[in-house]
Amino acid sequence: MTVIRQVRLLGEDVVDIAIEGGVITAVGTDLPTGDHDVVDGQGLIALPGLVDLHTHLREPGREDAETVRTGTMAAARGGFTCVHAMANTDPVADTAGVVEQVWRLGREAGYCDVQPVGAVTVGLAGEQLAELGAMADSAAGVRVFSDDGKCVSDAVLMRRALEYVKAFGGVIAQHAQEPRLTEGAQMNEGILSGELGLTGWPAAAEEAIVARDCVLAAHVGSRLHVCHLSTRGSVEIVRWAKSKGWDVTAEVTPHHLLLTDELVRSYDPIYKVNPPLRSADDVAAVREGLADGTIDIVATDHAPHPMEDKECEWNAAAFGMIGLETALSVVQQTMVDTGLLTWAQVADRMSTAPARIGRVADHGRPIAVGEPANVVLYDPAATRVVEPADTASLSRNTPYRGHELPGRVVATFLRGHATVLDGALTEGVPA
Amino acid sequence: MASTSPAVGTPGHSPGRTVLDDTDISRALTRITHEILEKNRDAEGLVLLGIPTRGVHLAQRIAARMSEVEGRTITPGALDITMYRDDLRRGPVRSLEHTDIPDDVDGKTVVLVDDVLMSGRTIRAALDALADLGRPKAVQLAVLVDRGHRELPIRADFVGKNLPTSLAEKVKVRLEEIDEQTDSVTIEGGSE
Amino acid sequence: MKHLLSAGDLTHEDALRILDTAEELLGVAKRPIKKLPTLRGRTVVNLFFEDSTRTRISFEAAAKRLSADVINFSAKGSSASKGEGLKDTALTLQAMGADAVVVRHHHSGAPHRLAHAEWTKGAVINAGDGTHEHPTQALLDAFTMRRHLNDGVGDLAGKNITIVGDVLHSRVARSNALLLHTLGAHVTLVAPPTLLPVGVEHWPVETSYDLDASLEKADAVMMLRVQRERMNASFFPSAREYSRRYGLDTARMNRLPEHAIVMHPGPMNRGMEISADVADSGRSVIVEQVTNGVAVRMAVLYLLVGGSTEGDTE
Repeated sequence: MTVIRQVRLLGEDVVDIAIEGGVITAVGTDLPTGDHDVVDGQGLIALPGLVDLHTHLREPGREDAETVRTGTMAAARGGFTCVHAMANTDPVADTAGVVEQVWRLGREAGYCDVQPVGAVTVGLAGEQLAELGAMADSAAGVRVFSDDGKCVSDAVLMRRALEYVKAFGGVIAQHAQEPRLTEGAQMNEGILSGELGLTGWPAAAEEAIVARDCVLAAHVGSRLHVCHLSTRGSVEIVRWAKSKGWDVTAEVTPHHLLLTDELVRSYDPIYKVNPPLRSADDVAAVREGLADGTIDIVATDHAPHPMEDKECEWNAAAFGMIGLETALSVVQQTMVDTGLLTWAQVADRMSTAPARIGRVADHGRPIAVGEPANVVLYDPAATRVVEPADTASLSRNTPYRGHELPGRVVATFLRGHATVLDGALTEGVPA
Repeated sequence: MASTSPAVGTPGHSPGRTVLDDTDISRALTRITHEILEKNRDAEGLVLLGIPTRGVHLAQRIAARMSEVEGRTITPGALDITMYRDDLRRGPVRSLEHTDIPDDVDGKTVVLVDDVLMSGRTIRAALDALADLGRPKAVQLAVLVDRGHRELPIRADFVGKNLPTSLAEKVKVRLEEIDEQTDSVTIEGGSE
Repeated sequence: MKHLLSAGDLTHEDALRILDTAEELLGVAKRPIKKLPTLRGRTVVNLFFEDSTRTRISFEAAAKRLSADVINFSAKGSSASKGEGLKDTALTLQAMGADAVVVRHHHSGAPHRLAHAEWTKGAVINAGDGTHEHPTQALLDAFTMRRHLNDGVGDLAGKNITIVGDVLHSRVARSNALLLHTLGAHVTLVAPPTLLPVGVEHWPVETSYDLDASLEKADAVMMLRVQRERMNASFFPSAREYSRRYGLDTARMNRLPEHAIVMHPGPMNRGMEISADVADSGRSVIVEQVTNGVAVRMAVLYLLVGGSTEGDTE
């Protein structure tokens, strides 16, 4: 049994939390500590274990960039107890066999529950539906389907996918990118793309798909989730769709909450990501959207790449940034320290809501008696300067090198077992 | 370096010792003009090339005197030696001065004109530059001041004034065309 | 100035210094010995990831006239077509002791990356990167304009320069717009709306969709190469329509002021953006642009590596 002493629950009241057998057994003041393990929670806040709806773990296929084990270690260090592993692996997670393998690798590593995302179409090719039902029925129990990295651009295919997953409560997580409008696209289309001579990725290419998909989801009465929404226009479209009562949810990444396309001036591909970093106005819009609930969740889009895919010219470089270990800090800096969100709302955006969208039963639960003991302890008063080598990930492609970020994850509990304690990884809790 | 504050005996602020005033300089240039004409019989086949910046103005003054004597216009030229210097890598890049060769130098007698002759390195560079322009019959050198301290086997054919100096001293030539003050040659510093 | 990556990095003073230096160096081409000893012992590497014989030859001639050792490195089709090639190539050049690296690359920003990733200590000169910039082309264009419009001295204050064609894909147009603005000229970019970049309204230029409207006040007209492939990507309907609306033919040329010059960075599509008559007319300074290119590149090389450099102090 473990007792966490004097921690601020959701950043509010100071309480003690007792954990036993993977379950929260008591929440109150002055709980008896006896000879139990005691974790001093003074100055820390307790949040439900974070849930990431959008993580690239790269295994199988690119074990040089990340493995399920290293990716979930990074997740635990970031305060996550559940991550959704994207389907664009090699082979693609488009069959029950691959999703079960990924799910098992997660259980064996024991740092974080891995909930595989299934591909919408075979090989992400956008031509034929993958066996969505088989993946849903597998041990992995897939509920989120996405061709992330590619857009399901064919309107008929998208309609069918949205319809089909209704049978098992699934959701289509769309990577909204109109392919013809973004051929060869390298960065946000705007003044800077013209100046830098880099092919633009227009906001319209995202917004056109978001609008189409909202209408399609409403038409067939299904659930749509918009991945890594990045523009003011997309926020407005989703707001409109929600006002109609349509079942549309959306995510924003930490980097789209903080960084702008001005960074591309350096031509350093560490800032190359898809969708691209947008304008300061878009950043303001996604912050507002996250604050007012238009955007439901923060998802990391943690995308590890080996050094050689970033140490090159901009066009040749890979898209993507790692982000599991910095997500909560970036959200604190952009949303909490600015007064846009309370910690209770952060718990909703980073745990409760993503668990609900992903239909993950044991995560995103309140910190209350009888609930699974998935808890993160976080020190919001700490600060740190990001050092790329200080990561559990196999990759180093963080855009925050040298940035001072607030906060630090002190401990992460997965079903009552510490995966991180005193800021350091433990041995994990292999199933 | 015009200073409004009183010089408090700091090195480099001494006004220097005037060794040639405007009359002396004028007289020296007139003498050099006559010596050049004498040595070369007349101005036929002569090309006067000043080395920027002050050498160009001195060449112009000599050419004017020569034109008077000869009764026809003699056009001097300018030969920038920056690209031929042997000390380019010792400092920040230098801006180029204007080169203007009034006449083909092949088979001509070129008279190089400079203000001060010391190490001889400038003249070495000028000889190299000249060799790339053509093949003069002869090259002669006229300087307003020869202060010694040669580092190369080079000597002047026409000298306004021999001025024995120490290496710590600086010889400043001022010409009204560019320095906006009366012509003078001064020796500055050196006492420290 | 350590590198020359963008024409926008040049101050008015920098630009004039380059043009004035080039003016002095132009004479070297007319001398019996077309060579200066200035860069003896310096190594200039021409690193070309994209074919461009004319630009490479121009830089090669410039470096050789300054007595530099020239190494031509054509990386096209080699392993360098993969991204990691840039870093490894740079490290090789560093080991060879390159004092200046002239980079031509099909990707925008590659020279910038080479200069700032600290893979090489040499001065990096952008010889054209993707659809970004081509600063030495802009310098030689400005140099040519200054000779014709301002007797080879000073800047281009108050001159009206019209640049016509595929601005969207043109590194020449970008560099020219920036440099000509620095030099005080009024620049008008003329193109169909599809071939103007997003955000061009924030550039220090005017834009127009109508070529005829800007001819009468132009002191110089620069025609940009328009690739016929653009037509397939629907940037314009047909070569014929493009040529009719945006091509410079004799009738249009005759509407230019008497003193106005016609320029083209080459290679030309005769019959497309410029008619053969215009290209070969007395107003065309296209051949002269090539000659001036060598002098301008000599000036750039001299000003970047002619003095003491980082390598000398070691």
